[in-house]
Amino acid sequence: MIRLEKRKEPSKFWRIANPFLAVLLTMLAGGIMFAALGKDPIAAIRLIFFDPIFSETFASYSRPQLLIKSAPLILIAVGLAIGFRAGIWNIGAEGQYIIGALFGAGVALAFFPQPGWYIFPLMVIAGAFGGFLWAMIPAILKTRFNTNEILVSLLLVYVAERILAAMALGLMRNPDQPGFPGSRDLRRYEAAHNAELIANTGIHWGVVAALIAVIFAYVMMTRHLLGFHVQLAGQAPRAARFGGVSPARLVVICLGIAGALAGLAGMFEVSGPGGQVRIEFASGYGFTAIIVAFLGRLNPLAIVFAGLLLGLTYIGGELAQMMLQIPGAAIQVFQGMLLFFLLALDFQTNYRIRLTRGARA
Amino acid sequence: MRHTLLQLQGLSKSYPGVKANDDISFAIGEGQMHALLGENGAGKSTLVKMIYGLVRPDAGEMRLRGAPFAPSQPSEARQNGVAMVFQHFSLFDALDVAENVALGMENPPPLRDLAARIRDVSEEYGLPLDPSRLVGELSAGERQRVEIVRCLLQDPKLLIMDEPTSVLTPQEVEILFRTLRKLSSEGTAILYISHKLEEIRALCDEATILRGGKKVATCDPREKSARELAELMVGQLLTPPERPERPFGEVVLEVEKLSLKSNNPFGTSLKDISLQLRAGEVLGIAGVAGNGQDELLLMLSGELLAPAGQVRLKGAPIGDLEPNTRRALGLVAAPEERLGHAAAPDMNLTENALLSGSGRKRLEKGGFIDWGGAERFAREIITRFDVRTPGPHVLARALSGGNLQKFVIGREIELDPDVIVVNQPTWGVDAAAAATIRQALLDLAGKGAAVLVISQDLDELLEVADSFAALNEGRLTPVRPAKGLTVEEIGLMMGGAGDMHVAHEAAE
Amino acid sequence: MILGSINPAVLMAALMVAATPILLAAIGELVVEKAGVLNLGVEGMMIMGACIGFIVAVNTGSPIIGFAGAALGGMALALLFALLTQALMTNQVASGLALTLFGLGLTALLGQQYVGITPPRTPRLDLGPLAEIPFLGRAFFRHDIVVYLSIVLVGAVWWFLKYSRAGMILRAVGENHDAAHALGYNVKRVRVLAILFGGACAGLGGAYLSLIRVPQWTEGMTVGAGWIALALVVFASWRPWRALAGAYLFGGVVVLQLNLQAAGVRIPVEYLSMSPYLITILVLVIISSGKGRGSLNAPGSLNRPFHASN
Repeated sequence: MIRLEKRKEPSKFWRIANPFLAVLLTMLAGGIMFAALGKDPIAAIRLIFFDPIFSETFASYSRPQLLIKSAPLILIAVGLAIGFRAGIWNIGAEGQYIIGALFGAGVALAFFPQPGWYIFPLMVIAGAFGGFLWAMIPAILKTRFNTNEILVSLLLVYVAERILAAMALGLMRNPDQPGFPGSRDLRRYEAAHNAELIANTGIHWGVVAALIAVIFAYVMMTRHLLGFHVQLAGQAPRAARFGGVSPARLVVICLGIAGALAGLAGMFEVSGPGGQVRIEFASGYGFTAIIVAFLGRLNPLAIVFAGLLLGLTYIGGELAQMMLQIPGAAIQVFQGMLLFFLLALDFQTNYRIRLTRGARA
Repeated sequence: MRHTLLQLQGLSKSYPGVKANDDISFAIGEGQMHALLGENGAGKSTLVKMIYGLVRPDAGEMRLRGAPFAPSQPSEARQNGVAMVFQHFSLFDALDVAENVALGMENPPPLRDLAARIRDVSEEYGLPLDPSRLVGELSAGERQRVEIVRCLLQDPKLLIMDEPTSVLTPQEVEILFRTLRKLSSEGTAILYISHKLEEIRALCDEATILRGGKKVATCDPREKSARELAELMVGQLLTPPERPERPFGEVVLEVEKLSLKSNNPFGTSLKDISLQLRAGEVLGIAGVAGNGQDELLLMLSGELLAPAGQVRLKGAPIGDLEPNTRRALGLVAAPEERLGHAAAPDMNLTENALLSGSGRKRLEKGGFIDWGGAERFAREIITRFDVRTPGPHVLARALSGGNLQKFVIGREIELDPDVIVVNQPTWGVDAAAAATIRQALLDLAGKGAAVLVISQDLDELLEVADSFAALNEGRLTPVRPAKGLTVEEIGLMMGGAGDMHVAHEAAE
Repeated sequence: MILGSINPAVLMAALMVAATPILLAAIGELVVEKAGVLNLGVEGMMIMGACIGFIVAVNTGSPIIGFAGAALGGMALALLFALLTQALMTNQVASGLALTLFGLGLTALLGQQYVGITPPRTPRLDLGPLAEIPFLGRAFFRHDIVVYLSIVLVGAVWWFLKYSRAGMILRAVGENHDAAHALGYNVKRVRVLAILFGGACAGLGGAYLSLIRVPQWTEGMTVGAGWIALALVVFASWRPWRALAGAYLFGGVVVLQLNLQAAGVRIPVEYLSMSPYLITILVLVIISSGKGRGSLNAPGSLNRPFHASN
């Protein structure tokens, strides 16, 4: 009979190996899925994982795209990971991302068409503040009324989506083109444009912000008492209280950081790659970032790689859609499977499989 | 000559790294009161779990009334007349008494009939119970009655009792013993697990002693002295802790008429608590589990906040201060639950040293952690308190109970406090570690610190305490000098046995 | 004036229809949580039911078979969750999220060819003379069978939890899994069965959306219904009849909001359509702020993994 036996210490080997194994298994299962859809599995996998970077035909377009797609994922995932470590489940990053974008765009549209170096920094602050504010709703409800933050943060995504629609159709609609939903294109407003910093690299201010966030989070989690308290609260809440951690303060800090980073991601997106406030602006980065956070083991440095990988699947997915007519939803399935495999594999980090003679589990 | 009810022959069971039971054989006669004696970790639980069908032996066999007996699950054991009263983990707070009883029975009658039977049986054995009450609202003693009644309703031939008196006052223990003797005289055999020697000498007619998974002896406990039994159980001679005479200093900790609601819906609120603790004094607080011990510790450690002025440290109000602020002022605490409260199970010893030591040991600067310093601190604790572990990189949950307890208490003592509050400092700890811990607390008091020990182990309190009080339903008795107190007086202080007396007399 | 144009009987009827999907999902999740498991994948299992139910119904022409397929679809995802959380001891929150993300993606893929099709009609149950009673007939007795089934299901779950031995064991497992194990109950088996039941219910709820309420298949069409069902369980303090009351209350808000939209109130549609989510949050706040009372009912072992140590 097979039984699981808890390890005395989690296996370091499997902790590091599992994400790679999960990616491999996902490719395998994805290949089977593509075959079932009647596509050549090898070509599809190649198109998704290799061609965006290595193919001569596509790479010139898709290489810069990699950073553009990955930066918001990393930015959001870093914030989420801090919260997840503390056992605070903010799963509404998508909403915080939207509100951050609206705040940022709002500042820009308010100044339009005035020039000024200070406009973009103001937008950055407004974006972070917007996301922070939106995250404070579940935070304050949690600390004041003990309301479940998972449900509130998630439900607020739907509210944010409707605010986005209302803005795109109403307040922020481009007055010069009243026939079309959507705001002015911020890429054509120089003072507010989050432009590429180095041509053809995809590096914009969001990429820089993501890097700073990663370093900041890494230092905080490994060297600072706050990071220690975050982990303590996640692993043993009563011990944390004994160690002087205030649960309420931690909820506010964790949700606040995650919200501000998600808001920043939204602001950099709307003022750069996204360009304008549209109904379809939100593309699920906030949810994919949850997968990024887990795949990166909630470790800021590893999240960089996880973010790049999932950014790659976005671009590869577009390519596969274009070249092989593989439905865009296939990529979503891919991402879901990745998380499943990772979670499933993780049992061997904490448990050992043993074969025993007829013992009951 | 009694007939043999249960015969164990060569039972063995291994877990990775430990041989929990090694070739154990003995017999229990019908109607016999058989004690199973041993320290924590001696293999008592594993052995009874095999009899009750929760664990399968690796080798050996059991015979019940001569027939082979190998229960693969508890229901099979129950069908064969084996019942068990657990020390922990077998009641459901949010379910009522009747439902709790029904869950432990094979073929329970409809709940209404069952309620009537619970009333009858519980009255008959002097253990009154209201079948419709939620178990979460019952006292520890009442909860145990639920377990016992659950077993009695199935007419057991063998009743296994796992450390039954650890949750009872001395008077309640008396009542329990009367119930058990009645059962025994009716022909029910009892397998009585304990490490309390006097109890076993008073109750049992045969004892099997385990040490390190092996049987060391089967004897008649009434023919041995408590000391002889202890030596068999521990395998070495123990010296009682030294207690130098010492004068007390000024009052350092004061609680004044404090009432405080528990933060746990099934917890016990503190009611009108007053106490004073002087430098150099060891105050022992007794009480049956669940009478407000947890809340008292949380209130003193700062995890449960109170009005500022009603708790004072060296005259200064501290009732509304957070744990770390209190530590900085010289008040430290060690809660009962080692894993998950006093220590984070999945963190290593360095991190666990930092947990409460960051302030007093200056292990942080502007919020940035001095990991080197934290590791040195952890090593210091390990060496000074003889914590058996490969090093500070080991996870807390990988340590044995005794070693982790030495680490946790050692950590707080190393913080050089003015006042230390500990709850159940030696619970589930082997005798040698327990002696080390008690001695360390006495040494600390000798250096002039005030020590407050909350414990359910009366022997322990009588060993270390200068003064004595008891908690009962959240109320604290006045503090009395420990010298000259009798067990009966302590029992009365612990209280709460009144209704059982009445019921028992009515039943007889 | 606006409210005056709404017929209360029609409103009541529409309310019951609007409430049914989340009621079905919620009653399933209630049982799951009573067994001590938090499955945050309700949204994923619902959308799975919506999609599979739709596909099966269109291909067989039978809505009933469609519903059966939906229940199986929900159970299939639930089985995955059970495998992860019960056999492989994964984190329940993360696994539930994975289930939702996976379900949304998979159904977008599976349902691609079914966008824009009308499913076979589910006939309403003929209750004869009852349907002709003035007001009451229009409000309560002209529904399809699933509406009544959902109410029967609530009653059945209530009876099961309160009076049956199996229900008592399920509650015991959810309250204290260590104790249940010590008494010899198979904690994992009870939990797996509960999870499967929850999956089937969520699947049915999803199919009700795609086959009756909308009726059409569109990608991501549950738009948070599964999350609202989860909130409903908290609102109900894990009591079946309160889940029914909560679902109908919620249905009322949805219908009222739709009626206001239709009546052309001067509030933009986007703001009106937020209201169900905002009301849900508000209700959560009210319930959770009632200190202790609601949480006393919460199963003691909810969201705690169980691994037998011996």
